Parts: sequence; structure tokens; C-alpha cells
Amino acid sequence: MVNFNPNEPIYLQLMNRIIGEIVRGQRKAGEKLPSVREYAVDVGVNVNTIQRVYRELEYEAIVETKRGQGTFVTSNSERLETLRDDKKREIVHHFMKNMQEMGYNKEEMVMSIKLQGDEE
Amino acid sequence: MIEVNNVSKRFLITKSLDNCSIKLETGKIIGIIGENGSGKTTLLKLLSGLLRPSSGDVLIDSEKVTRRISSKLAYLTDADYYFPYFTIEELIRYYESQFADFDTEKALQIIDFMKLKLEQKIKYLSKGNRNRLKIAVTLSRNAPYILLDEPFSGLDPLVRKAILKGMIQFVDLSTQTVLITTHEIKEVEPILDEVVLLRDGRVLVKQSVEEIREAYGLDIVSWMEKVYEKGDI
Repeated sequence: MVNFNPNEPIYLQLMNRIIGEIVRGQRKAGEKLPSVREYAVDVGVNVNTIQRVYRELEYEAIVETKRGQGTFVTSNSERLETLRDDKKREIVHHFMKNMQEMGYNKEEMVMSIKLQGDEE
Repeated sequence: MIEVNNVSKRFLITKSLDNCSIKLETGKIIGIIGENGSGKTTLLKLLSGLLRPSSGDVLIDSEKVTRRISSKLAYLTDADYYFPYFTIEELIRYYESQFADFDTEKALQIIDFMKLKLEQKIKYLSKGNRNRLKIAVTLSRNAPYILLDEPFSGLDPLVRKAILKGMIQFVDLSTQTVLITTHEIKEVEPILDEVVLLRDGRVLVKQSVEEIREAYGLDIVSWMEKVYEKGDI
């Protein structure tokens, strides 16, 4: 069972979870995803919610449903590359927002990444 | 579809439901929530034909509800007394003889899923296992409507989790609809499609759980508190 953030729809959280697993390489191109019911039992949510997750992921061309066979991570490497880029942009955006809130400007952000990046 | 039209239910002088109207679509898991005495159990009993409305009418699939509705509706009561003299296997045989839609193979699967044993005598089961069993036989009916009255109350977290997982695994939402009354909202929330919020015998609002998160950025408990505070959304 998964603990969900209370203020965001569950289907979005699960989409992000699967996208994260794909970007990290825990789910590979062309790999089969669990069946709707298996996944629902596994994470502890309604079957209708998982159906929506798979539908929306398919709409975004991240997964493909093959009739009678199940749902698979796309094997389109271009799409996977843009997915990886999108995730990167999202994380950087989040980082920049936090830094801005604290009052750091862009130069400071770039410098701190360079310096700390070398250290770590 | 379930339709409740202008239904009131009085017990002597107390009004348990007060001019309620609501329509519920099939293929969903719907939570009936609200504080104690808000009318949740009365609503379920009216839907199952165990009670009759003082006024208004209750329709299931366009048919007026009578006691005969039990042929297409599986009802899990919150009563604790439950066939103490049977073994689990005898209870299954009994259910088989009573309900045409009872699916024995499914029952055996759920019994196994719940880690129960057929030869166990019901009176010697722990409270948790007795409730696992009640859920097991209720979900073993391929009834179009399943009504669960407080399936989690007084049970430990492991049993609650087993019941939740059993519901996800064994309910077929392409042919079945589930109504649950509960106070354990946080735990049930991930499996609910919709909630119906009651107060003082009235339906305050019916809404999709994902819409509530999306529109208000709130989980159901916080949303419910807000609605109760304002008396509206």
C-alpha cells in the first residue's frame, strides 16, 4: 500500500510514480506493466483509478495497451528521451522556485551547483 | 442505478432521514460518510429493503425496493452475532443454498486470501477473523449491488487492510457497485470513487473523491470538516 499526498488526485500521483520508475530505469522500454487489478491491489487503490492512470499514460504516449496482452512501457526511445527531459525540467523548476523563495538569484544558483557539484 | 426520491424515515418522533434525494450510478465504490446519527445505516437499510421509507421512494434499477431486492443485493450487517454453530465450510454451503448468485469457487479463493480455514468453527473465531469471514461470504455473491455497513469498525489495522485488499481483488466494478458506510475515511479513501456526505438525515453533497482533491486540494476528512463548518461547499 502507498501513502498518498492528501491534496493531489491519486491518479496523478500514481502517474508520476510510474514516470519516475521509467526515468530511473526501474521499468524498461517495452516492459509489461502489472495488470490493472494486480497494480490496484498492490498500491491499495480502486481499480477505476488504475484504469484512469493507464489511460492517461497511454494518452501521453508513455505506455501502449496491446489488446489481449496488457499494457507496456513505450519502446519509442524518442518519447522516453523527452520524458527524461521533462522530468529534469520539472525538478530544476522546483529547485529554482525554492531558491527564489529564499532570495537567491540565478547566478548564485548556477555557482552553487558548480561548486557543490564538484565537491559532492 | 440507485435512486432515492424525497425519502424520509421516522422512528416514532425522531427523523432519521429527512427528505433525501440522491442518484448513484453503477460501477463505482461509493462511501456514505457523516457523523454518528447522520442517517448512514438507515439509508443502507432502506436500500436493502430492511426498512421502508415513511415517505418518498427508493428505486434500484428502476424497480421499487422491497425485501425481494436481496436477490440482487448483498448486505453486510454490522451486527456481531453470526452463525456461531457453523463451521466456515457449513456457512459456505448454507450461503450456496440461499443465494443463486453465490460463487463457491470465489468463496474458496477469498477464504484462502483471508487466511481462514474451512474446518474452523465460527464461534471460536477471533473478532477479526469473524469479520474477515463476513466480508468473504458477502463478496462471494456476484450480486450487482454490495452494501457494507461499517465493515472496519473495531478491527485492528491488519484486518482492515485485508478487507480493503479483498475488496479491490474480488469486486468486479464492470458488473458490481459497492456502497460502504464508514468512519475510517482516511483508510478507505484510496478505494472510493465518490462520497455521499450526510448530516442530520440530509444529503449535504455527493462528489467524486478525485474532484475534491483536485478542486479544493483537500483529503476527504478535511473537506468534510470544511463542509460541516460552512454547512455547504
